[in-house]
Amino acid sequence: MRNRRSFIRQSVAAASALAFPLVGGAQPKAIKIGILHPVTGALAYSGQQCREGALMAIDDVNKTGIKSLGGTKLEVMLGDAQSTPQAGTAEIEKMNEAACAAVVGAYASAICLATTQAAARYNLPHVVDVGVADQIVERGLKNTFRFGPGYRTCAQIAMSNLHVLNTAAGKPAKTVMIIHEESLFGTGTANLLAKELPGFGYDVKEVIKHANPTRDFNNIVLRMKAVNPDIVIPANYYNEYALLVRTMQQQKVAPKAIYSVLGGAASSYKFLKEFPDAADGIIDCNHWFNPKDKRALELKKRTEAKSLYYSYEVFNTYTAVRLLADAIERAKSADRAAIADALAASTFNDHFMPYGPTRFENGQNTGAQPLMTQVIKGDIRVIVPREYREAEPIFPLRS
Amino acid sequence: MNFDILFASVLNGLTTGAVYALVALGLTLIYGVLHIINFAHGAALMVALYGVYGLKTVFGIDPYLALPIMVPAMFVLGYVLQRGVINRASHGKDENILLVTLGLAIVLENLALLAFKSDTRTIDTAYTLTTVQLGPAFIALPKVIAFFGALLACAVLLTLVTRTDLGRAIRAVAKEKLGAKLMGIDVDHVYAMSFGIGLACLGAAACFLLPAYYVNPQVGSGFVLVAFTIVVLGGMGSFAGALLGGLLIGVVESLGGLFLGESLGQIGIFAIFIAVLLFRPTGLFGARA
Amino acid sequence: MARDLTGIVIFALAVIALTLLLSSGVWLNALMMTLYAALLALAWNLLGGFGGQFSFGHALFFGTGAYASAVAQVAHGVNAWAALALAIVAAAAVGAFVGALAFRYGLKGSYFALVTLAFAEVFRILALSAGFTGGGVGMMLPLNESIANLQFGSRRGYVALMLGCVVAALITTAWLRHSRFGARLQAVRDNEDAARAVGVDPYRIKLGATVASAAFMGAAGAFYLQVFQYIDPGIAFGPHVSVEALVGAIVGGMGTLWGPVLGAALLHALGEATRNLFGQLPGLNLVIYGSVLVMIVLFMPRGLAGLGAWRRNERGRHG
Repeated sequence: MRNRRSFIRQSVAAASALAFPLVGGAQPKAIKIGILHPVTGALAYSGQQCREGALMAIDDVNKTGIKSLGGTKLEVMLGDAQSTPQAGTAEIEKMNEAACAAVVGAYASAICLATTQAAARYNLPHVVDVGVADQIVERGLKNTFRFGPGYRTCAQIAMSNLHVLNTAAGKPAKTVMIIHEESLFGTGTANLLAKELPGFGYDVKEVIKHANPTRDFNNIVLRMKAVNPDIVIPANYYNEYALLVRTMQQQKVAPKAIYSVLGGAASSYKFLKEFPDAADGIIDCNHWFNPKDKRALELKKRTEAKSLYYSYEVFNTYTAVRLLADAIERAKSADRAAIADALAASTFNDHFMPYGPTRFENGQNTGAQPLMTQVIKGDIRVIVPREYREAEPIFPLRS
Repeated sequence: MNFDILFASVLNGLTTGAVYALVALGLTLIYGVLHIINFAHGAALMVALYGVYGLKTVFGIDPYLALPIMVPAMFVLGYVLQRGVINRASHGKDENILLVTLGLAIVLENLALLAFKSDTRTIDTAYTLTTVQLGPAFIALPKVIAFFGALLACAVLLTLVTRTDLGRAIRAVAKEKLGAKLMGIDVDHVYAMSFGIGLACLGAAACFLLPAYYVNPQVGSGFVLVAFTIVVLGGMGSFAGALLGGLLIGVVESLGGLFLGESLGQIGIFAIFIAVLLFRPTGLFGARA
Repeated sequence: MARDLTGIVIFALAVIALTLLLSSGVWLNALMMTLYAALLALAWNLLGGFGGQFSFGHALFFGTGAYASAVAQVAHGVNAWAALALAIVAAAAVGAFVGALAFRYGLKGSYFALVTLAFAEVFRILALSAGFTGGGVGMMLPLNESIANLQFGSRRGYVALMLGCVVAALITTAWLRHSRFGARLQAVRDNEDAARAVGVDPYRIKLGATVASAAFMGAAGAFYLQVFQYIDPGIAFGPHVSVEALVGAIVGGMGTLWGPVLGAALLHALGEATRNLFGQLPGLNLVIYGSVLVMIVLFMPRGLAGLGAWRRNERGRHG
């Protein structure tokens, strides 16, 4: 029944297209978009989540197609960056030759650095979906656009919000311990925090770096016991974050707050489901959606219906693709230069991220910001800023 | 650095080291007898971990109760892989064995990726978060159990190798392959048995490891280098060496992490590795040079 | 020797012709990466195939070269070409150090393999913690395309650079096949004690091979940095490069002139062909890659180069 109806619909559409050609010349059959993520290798989980988000976005866009181009649909060219810059670059070459109009990807900062550069040689617009390293948008590449925040913004917002929360509670917290993973994002974030927190009046007692993967966190937790910081700030990936927090629970280490900055599991529904006790009360400063926007919650339902967790990779990449679709809509063309110009001038506001109207400066969306969330009563709730607040923050967790 | 922390760190190192020892026990047998560096050891551990995970989530079998299932299952897998694939593909050349085990590792890791996707999985048991208090230290219960499990596994292996005919055959082949063959020992069969036992150890290791850890397709690679270090430290082919080496490395890693930081502390392991290779390549208990 | 050199010249001319004829970015990139893989395999082959010393941590030299070049350019403003030379020297120095240590203590076979692996890991951990390497953040080369900067707008420039290195490695390999040094090296490989008995100094010979092998890896490292403009401890010293080097050489045929090139080309083509096969089922492509690898070993135990007429002594198992 559905097939027949859609067949009829398509036949009518085809017939009318033939009967009423658009004035002004031929329209493109479908616009190819490259979707590039590390879906195999060490980053496979995140890469696959990103891809899912992208595909859902493409489906949504294709419900109406690009209206300004007569309903032209987006066609996807999937690429696997295999968790290395070399593979990512090779895929960009393929996407360029396949005449992709633009690329969305590539999740990991190290890969994004290589792919944006490779794409720049062909003036291929590249929307960065996650990649938080600030260097990505600091090289003056005209084809690179990052919709979400970089780690400097995240760290700064986290710090000022920590100060606000602490001051409002009567300044119970003074000492800080930072635990970070050893590669690009963790080290960069930790360096920033260690440098700036003293300026806010906090005493950074210790900065601990750990490997990816780390098999055991008992030592780190022992140091935590010895140092006894008021606040523990973790910045790492999911597996290590989960192990760390579980170990803290086992060793009965309970600081006044676990305050994550880009914490791998801190605002993760997966972690919440698997370790509700360990997750309780954790604060995160991370990519998050506008909790008051129904569309974000609808996407959550759709994602969970596929037995996937609604993680930041999903909604970040989803909105990155929507941003691109909007730019193509404005550009009224599948031409790369036109799309790049449209992105640069974009004021895209029809999204459910807490960024407000888009405004790109040197490839960075200036309105991009992370949100502060806290696990309260078994759910992840936004606590700061006020306009997105869902629950009152609990700070400190204990006196 | 007060005593409490030091004590806890050492205990922690011992229990972590016990798990490393379990992984290394299989590797040392494989190396000691077949003289191959098994690139697929980490991937095999991962397969075993998924096995334990599957038994728990699908059939509700507790990891420790899964031992009698996992150990034989991994043994069979090892036997078949060695006899059917590795032995046949290698044509007796060492470099080919390397490539074959490498290829196997890639295949196993990505089969797991296909079957289970890449997300990290943990199991939830009643005792996952329980701790045992030993003096000022809290040690996670699964790790304490793993410690005794390692001791038990080592004892079993030692008995097997010294008291059984198979064990004698294994030792004969390890020492002098041609001579053993001339004596009528089926070398191919012994090789396959050894590989099987090596993987069976991983089956046991997985049962003890999963409650305190997690599984994903890449989990094996985090253990391989440490396992090699222990094998060399303990002496290739020595079970007692693997056990003691494992405990020692666990403690070194723990104390190294405590004093030098978790990242730099790892260097302790490799410094020992290099030192042993240079100055005492037979390791603590190694029989063969 | 003349035959080998003619072969090398023909190879170089063929690559040059290919570079000029190809305009597709995909193919030029593939050519560049194949040459890069060939360089890794050729470098490994010098020590592994001809010297019989299997290294599992060849990334050690690769990473040293890459970081030497990165630090020189970024922290000290050294010119990119000079940095390339520096990379080669630094890698060779590390090769000399590790070789001296390993051979002085008589490490052979698996022990040698494991010690190289251990050193690679040590360097990786040090690179993670050291300040001047940028630690975990890695090092980024600022974008500045010009020939003086060894940054080429088109892949052709990099292909030319890589071709130069590969030709140098091929000539070195050919020299090993026909020179006294090479004969001594292979004698040491086949039977070290016998070689010593006829007056060869195994230590110096093996050390020489290690230094040469390391130097080429250093060049490869510097090249990687120029192309991808980013290096971090994992990329520099991790297992990826080490494995790529040994796999290409072994599959292609160790101890031969063209083996590494063939092996690298085949594996690279295989990787490319499988990468986006079954895009809906990520992982299946690599299962195929791994299976093909096993099958290559199953059916071509002497590697690709062994398919043709070629005689080589059956090597005894090393201790």
